[in-house]
Amino acid sequence: MAEIKRVERPLSPHLQVYRPQLTSVTSILTRITGNGLIVGVILAVWWLLAAATSPAYFAVANGVATSWFGDLVFTASLWAIWYHYLAGLRHLYFDAGKGLDIPTAEKLGWGCIIGSVLLTVLTILIV
Amino acid sequence: MRYLTDRKRAVGKGASHTGTAHHWSMQVSSVGLAFLVPIWVYVFGSTLGQSHDAVLAVFAQPFPAILTALVIFVGMRHFAKGASMMIEDYAKGTARKMLIIFVVSLSYVITATGLFALVKIAI
Repeated sequence: MAEIKRVERPLSPHLQVYRPQLTSVTSILTRITGNGLIVGVILAVWWLLAAATSPAYFAVANGVATSWFGDLVFTASLWAIWYHYLAGLRHLYFDAGKGLDIPTAEKLGWGCIIGSVLLTVLTILIV
Repeated sequence: MRYLTDRKRAVGKGASHTGTAHHWSMQVSSVGLAFLVPIWVYVFGSTLGQSHDAVLAVFAQPFPAILTALVIFVGMRHFAKGASMMIEDYAKGTARKMLIIFVVSLSYVITATGLFALVKIAI
Protein backbone atom coordinates (compact mmCIF):
# COMPACT_ATOMS: atom_id res chain seq x y z
CA MET A 1 0.00 0.00 0.00
CA ALA A 2 1.16 3.45 -0.77
CA GLU A 3 2.08 5.34 2.33
CA ILE A 4 0.46 8.67 2.84
CA LYS A 5 3.11 11.24 2.38
CA ARG A 6 3.14 13.56 5.34
CA VAL A 7 4.21 17.13 4.91
CA GLU A 8 6.57 18.26 7.64
CA ARG A 9 4.88 21.36 8.93
CA PRO A 10 6.32 23.52 11.68
CA LEU A 11 4.33 23.16 14.87
CA SER A 12 3.33 26.14 16.92
CA PRO A 13 5.12 26.35 20.27
CA HIS A 14 3.71 23.78 22.64
CA LEU A 15 3.69 25.22 26.13
CA GLN A 16 4.68 22.02 27.99
CA VAL A 17 7.84 21.52 25.94
CA TYR A 18 8.58 25.10 25.04
CA ARG A 19 11.92 26.30 26.31
CA PRO A 20 11.42 29.78 27.78
CA GLN A 21 13.61 32.37 26.15
CA LEU A 22 14.32 35.93 27.11
CA THR A 23 12.22 37.21 24.24
CA SER A 24 9.21 35.02 25.06
CA VAL A 25 9.41 35.69 28.81
CA THR A 26 9.63 39.45 28.33
CA SER A 27 6.69 39.26 25.93
CA ILE A 28 4.39 37.35 28.28
CA LEU A 29 5.45 39.61 31.17
CA THR A 30 4.04 42.55 29.21
CA ARG A 31 0.63 40.90 29.24
CA ILE A 32 0.89 39.83 32.90
CA THR A 33 1.94 43.29 34.10
CA GLY A 34 -0.66 45.07 31.95
CA ASN A 35 -3.55 42.97 33.19
CA GLY A 36 -2.24 42.73 36.75
CA LEU A 37 -2.24 46.52 36.99
CA ILE A 38 -6.02 46.38 37.38
CA VAL A 39 -5.47 45.47 41.07
CA GLY A 40 -3.50 48.66 41.73
CA VAL A 41 -6.01 50.70 39.72
CA ILE A 42 -8.94 49.36 41.76
CA LEU A 43 -7.15 50.18 45.03
CA ALA A 44 -6.22 53.68 43.82
CA VAL A 45 -9.73 54.52 42.53
CA TRP A 46 -11.33 53.13 45.72
CA TRP A 47 -8.97 55.34 47.74
CA LEU A 48 -9.97 58.35 45.60
CA LEU A 49 -13.69 57.56 45.98
CA ALA A 50 -13.24 57.30 49.75
CA ALA A 51 -11.45 60.66 49.81
CA ALA A 52 -14.39 62.18 47.92
CA THR A 53 -16.96 60.59 50.24
CA SER A 54 -16.14 61.34 53.88
CA PRO A 55 -13.23 61.61 56.37
CA ALA A 56 -14.36 58.37 58.06
CA TYR A 57 -14.41 56.42 54.78
CA PHE A 58 -11.07 57.96 53.79
CA ALA A 59 -9.55 56.76 57.06
CA VAL A 60 -10.58 53.19 56.18
CA ALA A 61 -9.33 53.27 52.57
CA ASN A 62 -6.19 55.21 53.46
CA GLY A 63 -5.51 52.68 56.21
CA VAL A 64 -5.60 49.87 53.64
CA ALA A 65 -3.71 51.85 50.98
CA THR A 66 -0.86 52.73 53.35
CA SER A 67 -0.72 49.36 55.15
CA TRP A 68 1.80 46.63 54.29
CA PHE A 69 -0.82 45.29 51.85
CA GLY A 70 -1.18 48.67 50.14
CA ASP A 71 2.59 49.09 50.03
CA LEU A 72 2.91 45.65 48.44
CA VAL A 73 0.21 46.34 45.82
CA PHE A 74 1.48 49.82 44.94
CA THR A 75 5.15 48.81 44.84
CA ALA A 76 4.33 45.83 42.62
CA SER A 77 2.09 48.08 40.49
CA LEU A 78 4.87 50.63 40.17
CA TRP A 79 7.23 48.02 38.78
CA ALA A 80 4.40 46.71 36.56
CA ILE A 81 3.79 50.24 35.24
CA TRP A 82 7.45 50.74 34.36
CA TYR A 83 7.84 47.27 32.89
CA HIS A 84 4.68 47.63 30.80
CA TYR A 85 5.82 51.14 29.84
CA LEU A 86 9.22 50.04 28.52
CA ALA A 87 7.80 46.89 26.92
CA GLY A 88 5.09 49.04 25.29
CA LEU A 89 7.71 51.36 23.82
CA ARG A 90 9.58 48.26 22.62
CA HIS A 91 6.31 47.03 21.09
CA LEU A 92 5.90 50.28 19.17
CA TYR A 93 9.51 49.96 17.99
CA PHE A 94 8.89 46.36 16.86
CA ASP A 95 5.65 47.46 15.15
CA ALA A 96 7.69 49.94 13.14
CA GLY A 97 9.58 46.89 11.82
CA LYS A 98 12.77 47.68 13.72
CA GLY A 99 14.90 45.76 16.23
CA LEU A 100 13.50 42.36 15.28
CA ASP A 101 16.82 40.53 14.83
CA ILE A 102 17.61 38.26 17.79
CA PRO A 103 20.65 40.11 19.29
CA THR A 104 18.77 43.44 19.27
CA ALA A 105 15.54 41.88 20.56
CA GLU A 106 17.44 40.26 23.44
CA LYS A 107 19.19 43.53 24.28
CA LEU A 108 15.81 45.28 24.32
CA GLY A 109 14.46 42.50 26.56
CA TRP A 110 17.23 43.06 29.09
CA GLY A 111 16.60 46.78 28.73
CA CYS A 112 12.96 46.24 29.79
CA ILE A 113 13.91 44.10 32.81
CA ILE A 114 16.83 46.18 34.10
CA GLY A 115 15.24 49.49 33.11
CA SER A 116 11.98 48.72 34.90
CA VAL A 117 13.80 47.84 38.14
CA LEU A 118 15.96 50.98 37.93
CA LEU A 119 12.95 53.21 37.24
CA THR A 120 11.03 51.61 40.11
CA VAL A 121 13.86 52.28 42.58
CA LEU A 122 14.27 55.80 41.20
CA THR A 123 10.55 56.53 41.56
CA ILE A 124 10.48 55.26 45.15
CA LEU A 125 13.46 57.51 45.95
CA ILE A 126 11.80 60.56 44.35
CA VAL A 127 8.22 60.28 45.67
CA MET B 1 -16.94 38.78 -14.77
CA ARG B 2 -16.95 39.31 -11.01
CA TYR B 3 -17.45 42.76 -9.72
CA LEU B 4 -15.62 42.06 -6.45
CA THR B 5 -12.43 44.01 -6.13
CA ASP B 6 -9.27 42.49 -4.65
CA ARG B 7 -9.74 44.63 -1.59
CA LYS B 8 -13.31 43.46 -1.09
CA ARG B 9 -12.18 39.83 -1.16
CA ALA B 10 -9.36 40.50 1.31
CA VAL B 11 -11.32 42.46 3.92
CA GLY B 12 -12.10 40.40 7.02
CA LYS B 13 -9.82 37.51 6.05
CA GLY B 14 -6.95 38.41 8.39
CA ALA B 15 -6.30 36.72 11.74
CA SER B 16 -8.48 39.21 13.60
CA HIS B 17 -11.25 39.29 10.92
CA THR B 18 -11.68 42.95 11.73
CA GLY B 19 -8.61 44.61 10.28
CA THR B 20 -6.19 46.73 12.26
CA ALA B 21 -8.61 49.03 14.11
CA HIS B 22 -8.01 47.31 17.47
CA HIS B 23 -4.24 47.36 17.10
CA TRP B 24 -4.21 50.97 15.97
CA SER B 25 -6.40 52.00 18.89
CA MET B 26 -3.94 50.29 21.28
CA GLN B 27 -1.06 52.17 19.67
CA VAL B 28 -2.85 55.51 19.98
CA SER B 29 -3.80 54.98 23.63
CA SER B 30 -0.32 53.66 24.48
CA VAL B 31 1.35 56.79 23.14
CA GLY B 32 -1.12 58.93 25.08
CA LEU B 33 -0.48 56.98 28.27
CA ALA B 34 3.28 57.17 27.70
CA PHE B 35 3.04 60.93 28.20
CA LEU B 36 0.42 60.89 30.97
CA VAL B 37 1.47 58.05 33.27
CA PRO B 38 4.95 59.17 34.46
CA ILE B 39 3.60 62.57 35.57
CA TRP B 40 0.56 60.94 37.16
CA VAL B 41 2.74 58.44 39.07
CA TYR B 42 4.62 61.40 40.53
CA VAL B 43 1.39 63.24 41.49
CA PHE B 44 -0.29 60.15 42.96
CA GLY B 45 2.86 58.88 44.66
CA SER B 46 3.59 62.15 46.39
CA THR B 47 -0.06 62.57 47.49
CA LEU B 48 -0.55 59.05 48.84
CA GLY B 49 0.06 58.94 52.58
CA GLN B 50 -0.92 62.56 53.19
CA SER B 51 -3.83 63.76 55.32
CA HIS B 52 -7.41 63.81 54.02
CA ASP B 53 -7.43 67.61 53.64
CA ALA B 54 -4.14 67.57 51.75
CA VAL B 55 -5.40 64.83 49.38
CA LEU B 56 -8.59 66.82 48.68
CA ALA B 57 -6.55 69.98 48.08
CA VAL B 58 -4.31 68.22 45.54
CA PHE B 59 -7.12 66.64 43.51
CA ALA B 60 -9.22 69.82 43.59
CA GLN B 61 -6.56 71.59 41.49
CA PRO B 62 -7.11 71.57 37.71
CA PHE B 63 -3.86 69.90 36.64
CA PRO B 64 -3.92 66.85 38.96
CA ALA B 65 -7.68 66.43 38.44
CA ILE B 66 -7.61 66.59 34.63
CA LEU B 67 -4.48 64.44 34.50
CA THR B 68 -6.07 61.80 36.74
CA ALA B 69 -9.29 61.86 34.69
CA LEU B 70 -7.31 61.31 31.48
CA VAL B 71 -5.21 58.51 32.99
CA ILE B 72 -8.35 56.75 34.26
CA PHE B 73 -10.31 57.18 31.01
CA VAL B 74 -7.57 56.39 28.50
CA GLY B 75 -6.04 53.75 30.78
CA MET B 76 -9.33 51.91 31.20
CA ARG B 77 -10.05 51.91 27.45
CA HIS B 78 -6.53 50.55 26.95
CA PHE B 79 -7.14 47.92 29.65
CA ALA B 80 -10.55 46.88 28.24
CA LYS B 81 -9.07 46.26 24.80
CA GLY B 82 -5.88 44.64 26.09
CA ALA B 83 -7.72 42.34 28.50
CA SER B 84 -10.23 41.42 25.77
CA MET B 85 -7.31 40.48 23.53
CA MET B 86 -5.88 38.23 26.26
CA ILE B 87 -9.29 36.56 26.77
CA GLU B 88 -9.67 36.01 23.02
CA ASP B 89 -6.31 34.21 23.07
CA TYR B 90 -7.07 31.86 25.97
CA ALA B 91 -10.84 31.33 26.19
CA LYS B 92 -13.49 30.32 23.69
CA GLY B 93 -17.24 30.11 23.32
CA THR B 94 -19.50 31.32 26.09
CA ALA B 95 -16.65 31.70 28.60
CA ARG B 96 -14.91 34.07 26.20
CA LYS B 97 -18.03 36.19 25.74
CA MET B 98 -18.79 36.35 29.46
CA LEU B 99 -15.20 37.25 30.40
CA ILE B 100 -15.05 39.99 27.76
CA ILE B 101 -18.37 41.43 28.96
CA PHE B 102 -16.98 41.31 32.51
CA VAL B 103 -13.71 43.16 31.80
CA VAL B 104 -15.39 45.76 29.59
CA SER B 105 -18.02 46.38 32.28
CA LEU B 106 -15.37 46.48 35.00
CA SER B 107 -13.37 49.09 33.12
CA TYR B 108 -16.47 51.26 32.62
CA VAL B 109 -17.36 50.94 36.33
CA ILE B 110 -13.83 51.99 37.33
CA THR B 111 -13.92 54.90 34.86
CA ALA B 112 -17.29 56.13 36.14
CA THR B 113 -16.25 55.73 39.79
CA GLY B 114 -12.97 57.57 39.30
CA LEU B 115 -14.57 60.43 37.37
CA PHE B 116 -17.37 60.72 39.95
CA ALA B 117 -14.80 60.96 42.76
CA LEU B 118 -12.84 63.64 40.89
CA VAL B 119 -15.97 65.70 40.16
CA LYS B 120 -17.11 65.43 43.78
CA ILE B 121 -13.69 66.57 45.03
CA ALA B 122 -13.60 69.42 42.51
CA ILE B 123 -17.01 70.93 43.39
